[in-house]
Amino acid sequence: MAGTALRGRLTWQLAKVSAVCDETASVRTIMLDVPDWPGHEAGQHLDVRLTAEDGYVAERSYSIASAPGEPVAITVERLDDGEVSPYLTDELRAGDELELRGPIGGYFVWGPGDGGPLLLLAGGSGIVPLRAILRHRERTGSAVPVRLLYSSRSLDDVIYQAELDRPAPGVEVIHTLTRHQPPGWAGYARRVDAALLGEVAWPAASMPLTYVCGPTSFVEAVSQALVQSGYPPLRVKTERFGATGGT
Amino acid sequence: MSPLSRGFHRRRQDPGENAGRIPPGQYLVKDFPVLSAGPTPHTALDRWSFSVGRGGQQKTWSWDEFRALPSQDVTVDIHCVTKWSKLDTAWQGVSVDTLLDLAGQDGPFAMAHCDGGYTTNLPVADLTGGKAWVAYAYGGQPLEPEHGGPARLLVPHLYFWKSAKWVRSLELRDTNDPGFWENYGYHIYGDPWREQRYAGD
Amino acid sequence: MEALDGNAIGGLLHEVFDTEMTGAATVCGHCGDARPVAELVVYRQAPGTVVRCRSCENVLMVFVRAHGRTCVDLQGLAALG
Repeated sequence: MAGTALRGRLTWQLAKVSAVCDETASVRTIMLDVPDWPGHEAGQHLDVRLTAEDGYVAERSYSIASAPGEPVAITVERLDDGEVSPYLTDELRAGDELELRGPIGGYFVWGPGDGGPLLLLAGGSGIVPLRAILRHRERTGSAVPVRLLYSSRSLDDVIYQAELDRPAPGVEVIHTLTRHQPPGWAGYARRVDAALLGEVAWPAASMPLTYVCGPTSFVEAVSQALVQSGYPPLRVKTERFGATGGT
Repeated sequence: MSPLSRGFHRRRQDPGENAGRIPPGQYLVKDFPVLSAGPTPHTALDRWSFSVGRGGQQKTWSWDEFRALPSQDVTVDIHCVTKWSKLDTAWQGVSVDTLLDLAGQDGPFAMAHCDGGYTTNLPVADLTGGKAWVAYAYGGQPLEPEHGGPARLLVPHLYFWKSAKWVRSLELRDTNDPGFWENYGYHIYGDPWREQRYAGD
Repeated sequence: MEALDGNAIGGLLHEVFDTEMTGAATVCGHCGDARPVAELVVYRQAPGTVVRCRSCENVLMVFVRAHGRTCVDLQGLAALG
């Protein structure tokens, strides 16, 4: 899968925060102005490096939330006991500098040439790289059919809610809310299991291309269930985030 | 140094009056971070054993036998090479002095062998004289698997990677062969007060 | 603390090999399991980074960063790339 900046040195560079946008009470999208950005693919991530006055350094990886061609953006979820995420969601502001390197990754990427039908499975903040894929699909005019199954604790935790409520033609978005549902909720209200997947996933015979992203436990459960239902492992791509408190 | 990130600082506790107990480069934590190089082993107690000695001449205890040995309650400070320190941690275990006496063996060096394949090396002088235990309880409770249970080595005066989790034997040796992390460039000894994190420090 | 996968060390690997590696093919030297780097099991909080086979848990790669250098051990792999 040829891509941008796959070869050659990966160097740290200084970006400027151009804007911040709160997606939910604990999730913020940070829009960046990256002077030497080589371009990226949908699904890639970047590494952020923070340096404190006493020389302490912390590094973290964040999926790129924007499509190729759009300004670089990352979406960060504040972890209660986190060291870096609270800084990014609560302290960092427009005009600040942010040291980063990227884009990184060539496995968990999608472009229109990869085809479909696409099955996207998001657990919590795992939605971020999948949203980049959806935006890329729309910007390129791809007609590949997509089903997105997105697991969140509650409606208040759904990231990019307005955007996902108006999906592009050919995209179906199915939510499951695992802890709290609003009154009158007629959708799924449990963690993703084999039965739920059986109702939502493309039939294995349609040779779908699948991307699963979220906490490790979510990715393991979902990818195993898909493979057990006949999905070829080679076409189920996975990206595990650290446990975020679960969905 | 990299450019400073405005307003960023490490998550830390102010050591206050305890500052003298924090080795250089460390910061104080109140929780107990879990660091692993692999999946958590789960060894059933009826299959667990602990051995001390060399080659074919090992003294081995079953779990019940081990728990019947004289034990000590100790409260110690612990220091991880990843820079966190935790003060006043309470453990219960068998002193390595006791184990070596009962095994009737000695030697200049020891290699700790653990479930999951982890190893670490120590001079026997750092395991004796009341400086080390094989601990099976933490905070008054049986040691949880993610923290090294059923039992782990506890050698608080060295960086905590030497306090090998899921320990199953201390193999006495004549040479100070490097264990798992020591092989990859971690310091062969690991004194937190001299910041001996990596080889060459 | 849950393990991650090879995606999480994409930056580290690119630094070490000067190229993107998450899609590179690997073969476990112990059990022969074959899969891309991205699907290997990664433990990042230990001193250093340990990468294990998803099938048999054998250690495939170890990275330790000290004194501005990264020590890399790939002995557990039968093949990479």
